[in-house]
Amino acid sequence: MTGRAGWWPRGLGWMPPTAFLLLWIVVALVGPWLPLTPNAVDLPAILAGPGPGSLLGSDDLGRPVLDRLLVGARIAFLVGFGVVALSALVGVLVGGISAFAGGWVDLVLVRLIDVFLAFPGILLAIALAGILGPGIDNLIIALSVTGWVGYARLTRAQILALKERDHVTAARALGVGPGRILFRHLLPLALAPLIVEATFGIAGVVVAEAGLSFLGLGVQPPQASWGSMIRDGVSYMLVAPHLVIAPGVAIAWVVFSVNLLGDRLRDWLDVRHPG
Amino acid sequence: MFSLLLSRFGSALLVVLGVCTLVFLLIHLVPGDPVEAMLGESAQPADREELRAALGLDRPVSEQYLDYLGRLVRLDLGESFQDRRPVRSILGERLPATLELAAAALGLALVLALPLGVLAARHRGSRLDAGAMGLSLVGVSIPNFWLGPLLIMTFSLWLGWTPVSGREGLGSLVLPAITLGTGMAAILARMVRGSVLEVLGEDYVRTARAKGLSEGRVLWGHALRNAWLPILTLIGMQLGGLLGGAVITETVFAWPGVGSLLVEAIQSRDYPVVQACVLLVSLTYVLVNTLTDLVYTWVDPRIHWGSS
Repeated sequence: MTGRAGWWPRGLGWMPPTAFLLLWIVVALVGPWLPLTPNAVDLPAILAGPGPGSLLGSDDLGRPVLDRLLVGARIAFLVGFGVVALSALVGVLVGGISAFAGGWVDLVLVRLIDVFLAFPGILLAIALAGILGPGIDNLIIALSVTGWVGYARLTRAQILALKERDHVTAARALGVGPGRILFRHLLPLALAPLIVEATFGIAGVVVAEAGLSFLGLGVQPPQASWGSMIRDGVSYMLVAPHLVIAPGVAIAWVVFSVNLLGDRLRDWLDVRHPG
Repeated sequence: MFSLLLSRFGSALLVVLGVCTLVFLLIHLVPGDPVEAMLGESAQPADREELRAALGLDRPVSEQYLDYLGRLVRLDLGESFQDRRPVRSILGERLPATLELAAAALGLALVLALPLGVLAARHRGSRLDAGAMGLSLVGVSIPNFWLGPLLIMTFSLWLGWTPVSGREGLGSLVLPAITLGTGMAAILARMVRGSVLEVLGEDYVRTARAKGLSEGRVLWGHALRNAWLPILTLIGMQLGGLLGGAVITETVFAWPGVGSLLVEAIQSRDYPVVQACVLLVSLTYVLVNTLTDLVYTWVDPRIHWGSS
């Protein structure tokens, strides 16, 4: 474990995941300005394997897999960061208010959190995405509706542990309002575990987005998403395995890097992760 | 003692009611008209009205809600739009396949995760620990909708060892169970390691070592015996990921369980079936977690029932 000395911890352990994630983010951000032709149909190249001129080959419509992969990187990035930001915002607010207000407000919100926690894994998101219909915006809604609970529970536990501290009592005695106490005196101290949770959350959402798109509930054709690329590729697995392998490697690599970074962050920030 | 039991069941019942309510609202509060979504925009107004009345959607929401709860109490899950059969009998046909898959995956996960986690904790900081945790991180990072097709490609298409999909005999269970089980094993191994590490820091472990017990006796006789209660709770919680993951795994392998039924029902907009699948899986999860919770308090002698 690395110490807290210096902002950038020693050891090369941070380099590979950070570098790869930066590459992902840069590709996602500059994607629209890259000369990509993800939907260009090239019939002679149908199911062509990787080779010179087309690094990752072509899919069942002769579209370049590499270009689609890079466009998919942008979708994964938008959904991943969008859902985590939205869920964390709602979760922190609900959890913070619940712990800080106490009384019946807390009681009601805790029951609400319990109910959402009772839906296993991605199940509620699958049902919700199915009912809302396909599309990126519905995907973000479905994943956020199910995603906020983790942040709410974590924030509530943190604030409960912090709110009897002396500096909070002092602030209250000085006449500081409840909103200001929550945002200026409590939440900053609860930030470390939330950052760790959000980091792992990005990995979870990237997998969830790909999973929903794999089921046909997310991004719709002809738009490329890593999950829908795997879905389309499965039918041609025997003749063109690169259609399944390439997007899978992209997902696994991003998720692995994010998880590795989360692990490092947790050790570095010295957070004990619940569950 | 009974007050604790009662309060546990009370809160579980509240959660069950909440889950039922949310599943009800899922269909009713979502923007857009379910009838229009079912029939398409070109449907005749008369057909729409007929379907609306058949679904009871023309009545006030509160009335529909009470009716829905009343039917749930009688275990009446409605009728499938698609098959025109009671949803309950459709679920009954699909449930055994899901239970079989979940049990096989859970068994595999335990067989992999327990030794891996205990050994990693025992040799903390060693190469073995780093290797085991690295492996588990790789396992966590491989989504089941990718692992499944890769396994099919290798073992069914190239080697021809297992059926590609469906549910015929034990051979067809192998690949889905590996797909679902290894992912859970990866998460579980890390948690087992954490629980055992925590116990290894306790005084009674030091005492056991001090009185000269062998390392094996200390580990398996003292540490693991105390770590398995938190591990049991973790397994209960991980069951959620297992049941959610089963939806995707069953779809990949065309495994005829509740998960693939849910996806089929979503595609055919068969809302009563969608509702019933979500309800069944969620309530199973709540039930299992309530039970593990009760077992925990029952088995752990440090928790005295009703003494406070």
